[in-house]
Amino acid sequence: MGVAKYIKDERGAIKEVVYQSGIKIKPAYGPEDLEKAGFTYDKDLGSPGEYPFTRSLHPQSYRSRAWTTRQYTGFGTPEETNERFKLMIANGQNGLNVAFDLPTQMGYDSDHPLAEGEVGRVGMAIDSLKDFETAFAGIPLDKIGSGLTINAVATIMMAMYQATAEKFGYKKEQISTTPQNDILKEMIGRGAWIFPVEHGVRLVGDSIEYAVKELPKSNPVSLCGYHIRESGATPAQEIAYAFEIAKAYIDNVVQRGIKPEDFVGRFSFNFNVYGNLWEQIAKFRAARKLWAKMLKNEYGVTEKKKLFLRGLFGGGGSGLTKEQPENNIMRGAYYALGAALSGAQTTALCSFDEAYTIPTPRSALLSLRTLEMLMDEVGLRDTVDPLAGSYFIETLTLEMEEKILEEMKKVQELGGMVQCISSGLIQRKVSSQAYEYEKGLQSGEYKKVGLTPGKTDNEAEQTDAGAVELHEYNEEWAKKSKANLKELRRARNDKEVTDSLKALEKAARGDENVMPYLVKCCHAYATVGEMAGVFRDTFGEWNEPEFY
Amino acid sequence: METTNKIRVLIAKPGLDGHDKGAKIVALALRDAGYEVIYSGLHQTLDQIIQTAGQEAVDVIGLSIMSGAHLPICEKLIAMMKEQGLNEIRLTVGGVIPFQDIPKLKEMGVAAVFPGGTSFEEITKGMNSLIER
Amino acid sequence: MIRLIEDNDPNVFELLKELYSHAGHAFIIGITGSPGVGKSTLIDALISEFRKLDLMVAVIAVDPTSPFSGGAILGDRLRMQRHATDKGVFIRSMASRGQKGGLSRATKDAAIVLDAMGYEMIIIETVGAGQADFDITTLAHSTGIVTIPGTGDGIQAVKAGILETGDVFIVNKSDKPDADASVYELKMMISMRKPPNLKVTRETDWTPRVLKTIAQNGTGVKELANAFLSHFDFMKKNSLMDQKRKEQELLYFKTILKDLTLEKLLLFMETSEEYREVLKKIQSCAIDPLSAAELVFNKVCAFEKKLIKDEI
Repeated sequence: MGVAKYIKDERGAIKEVVYQSGIKIKPAYGPEDLEKAGFTYDKDLGSPGEYPFTRSLHPQSYRSRAWTTRQYTGFGTPEETNERFKLMIANGQNGLNVAFDLPTQMGYDSDHPLAEGEVGRVGMAIDSLKDFETAFAGIPLDKIGSGLTINAVATIMMAMYQATAEKFGYKKEQISTTPQNDILKEMIGRGAWIFPVEHGVRLVGDSIEYAVKELPKSNPVSLCGYHIRESGATPAQEIAYAFEIAKAYIDNVVQRGIKPEDFVGRFSFNFNVYGNLWEQIAKFRAARKLWAKMLKNEYGVTEKKKLFLRGLFGGGGSGLTKEQPENNIMRGAYYALGAALSGAQTTALCSFDEAYTIPTPRSALLSLRTLEMLMDEVGLRDTVDPLAGSYFIETLTLEMEEKILEEMKKVQELGGMVQCISSGLIQRKVSSQAYEYEKGLQSGEYKKVGLTPGKTDNEAEQTDAGAVELHEYNEEWAKKSKANLKELRRARNDKEVTDSLKALEKAARGDENVMPYLVKCCHAYATVGEMAGVFRDTFGEWNEPEFY
Repeated sequence: METTNKIRVLIAKPGLDGHDKGAKIVALALRDAGYEVIYSGLHQTLDQIIQTAGQEAVDVIGLSIMSGAHLPICEKLIAMMKEQGLNEIRLTVGGVIPFQDIPKLKEMGVAAVFPGGTSFEEITKGMNSLIER
Repeated sequence: MIRLIEDNDPNVFELLKELYSHAGHAFIIGITGSPGVGKSTLIDALISEFRKLDLMVAVIAVDPTSPFSGGAILGDRLRMQRHATDKGVFIRSMASRGQKGGLSRATKDAAIVLDAMGYEMIIIETVGAGQADFDITTLAHSTGIVTIPGTGDGIQAVKAGILETGDVFIVNKSDKPDADASVYELKMMISMRKPPNLKVTRETDWTPRVLKTIAQNGTGVKELANAFLSHFDFMKKNSLMDQKRKEQELLYFKTILKDLTLEKLLLFMETSEEYREVLKKIQSCAIDPLSAAELVFNKVCAFEKKLIKDEI
């Protein structure tokens, strides 16, 4: 039953429930549970909008403003992406979440041999500033913020975003961009890493430092517990690892003589909503509280707003099934409910067809409508943190807090996150957990509606797949990108390109911040492959740790 | 002493896609089914995969592809395998593989396709049936 | 070919006999240490160093077989995968297949094959040493023992008895605190160790090197490659190489002999009708176990009348 462990007696009644984070659930909760845990309102909850923000970051929460919705957009050529951006904005979306194709994510140009067959496939293909100019044409960059789903080359894309805005006549102080820029989580989960760990962390540090000094409205890092969870981490580990990763970045920036107070307010998070409903709600409430406490006690941050755990709670990709894909529409609605009950500031929902393809306009719109229903139809905006005071939810939140701290302590004892990722320890841990979970699903120990344990029903799948509209790869994207690239290489000022790349290399080799140099490279129309190439030559590439 | 042959499998991640959860859990499942599994790691070129398969003398290559590029990748890899004389190695593919592409892959010479959601039991059964020794 | 060795294919014996005469040119390096000390990363960097000298390099990475399923994930290769397409590098993962100490005769056989193929440096990576009959020192010409600072690995090394067998000691991840302390500790222990081989005279005794490395960024790896190469030179100059080879060949011979004998015995136990008769007789007390064992042994190892010296 679900993603928790349920032990039943012979009549089918539930005897024991254990959540993925390792918390045992009682048949019923009462005041004695809160008393036993030493719960007090002021210490553990605080009023909405008050430290430690367990209930909400803002006193009025959804009453003053519904959540911001962001759907992952971008595919094919910059032209097509631009059309999609405009459609999403016309449909009421107030922020963009940009997807890049794999060659761009990995710092290769469209004409690189490794890019073959991948150009424009899972996101838009960006080779140079030209492509960004096309993608963001007509978008009010001073009003619409953009999340950039990019990590290893996040510094390059941030610079490119700034250069684009400048080309359009905006000032860098006006624009707001949130690159994902969480390289350590890529090393645990999503795999779009290039450079060795220490250089990866340095680039993150460079971008934070630059944002503090030059881009007042941008948020340089979005910490993604999300992908760590997708890779097999428990909900408690999802939060714990994201926080330990955050600490690695904070430490890097603090070494540069910048106070945590000056930049932690710019961090945002991306967490997953998939799993047991109550466990998710407790997770988010505990996370808000722990983050504030950690910043206050360990980093001496005092300003209230800078203690906020801001971010996106959404997605839920791992929870979706390939079988009976339409079930995912309902599943997504429950995940979104969890996010709303947790007071998610920003949210997004995986489209029901994600197991097959990247979302089509129809499925993306369905997700958006699901989110709107919660806010505008069902009543989730009525009152702040409606579950507060529930014996169960408050006890669970306290227990979750403990579990998260436990997981953080384990990482610290093993030398911190950078060490744990370099040695491959965390990767092995989440993989083996993912394996155990998958075994449980297949044996029927964990239940997923619409999924027959240990059996793939190919016939059913054939009909199920009929519900999904496949997104065809278009060879034309690559042709067009390559042609554009050729033209760009011909038309640009070679000397300007070479000079700016040389200056970049010097900065990369030393300990100067690479960001201003990248902006210059972008303006000179240096390509992503050329800029990343400078980093590749200077830093080398990461050797993945052993897996066993 | 009796011969002690074990099935050796190379689980490989071709191309730029970095989603390795599926590849890793299948590797673990095959280990538990008594296979000797070599895992290639991420971002492998087809040449790296071919060389590794040859040096490691594997019986089966299991490609994990999530990016949607399975058709061009398999086509190219099969041509390279022929060129290198790796005729005895069976090629299998898993990952995000739409149902309608399975016949196309088989026609190309892919020995078995295990789309996401295939149970471990079916994968090991399928792999075992490829090896007749 | 290595595949046939691992599978204990009956044809392999003849093939190996043929290859044996072509082998004997490679320098075999053993790299051993606890899990997590960075052996694979270190080997990855060592490959690069040896390739700079234009040496052909082969690596045999041995990983334990799961005692539960008999399967294994051979994951050491991952750290070296960038060398996969270099024609001068051959990387082969092997599962221990139940052998204690991680090494089996198959590893030695595989080394012979790679040696005959013309690889000049053969690096064997294995977890632990000194616990089994057939450990890394009976295989390698030079053994590197990898530790990391602050783990007390040096002390563990003494306890495990591998201090006696190391030729090069490596304190990897030496950017960590206590690296110098580890080096000092190792040096001190080495100075107190007994001569590893009484046949070797004191004058020509190799003083083990203790080196600091940071495998991840290549620091100290050049020095490490040089340490192995100078150990190689040292052994050659002092005729130690030949001596080591001779000793190792004797051990190899004895292992094969034991294997062959055991193989014959097992075959008899599994297939012979006579053997089943013996079992029945023991159960019915018609013969005592001691006499029965003697009878079977004499039957299986039917001592040939021909003199061995007439065969050689």
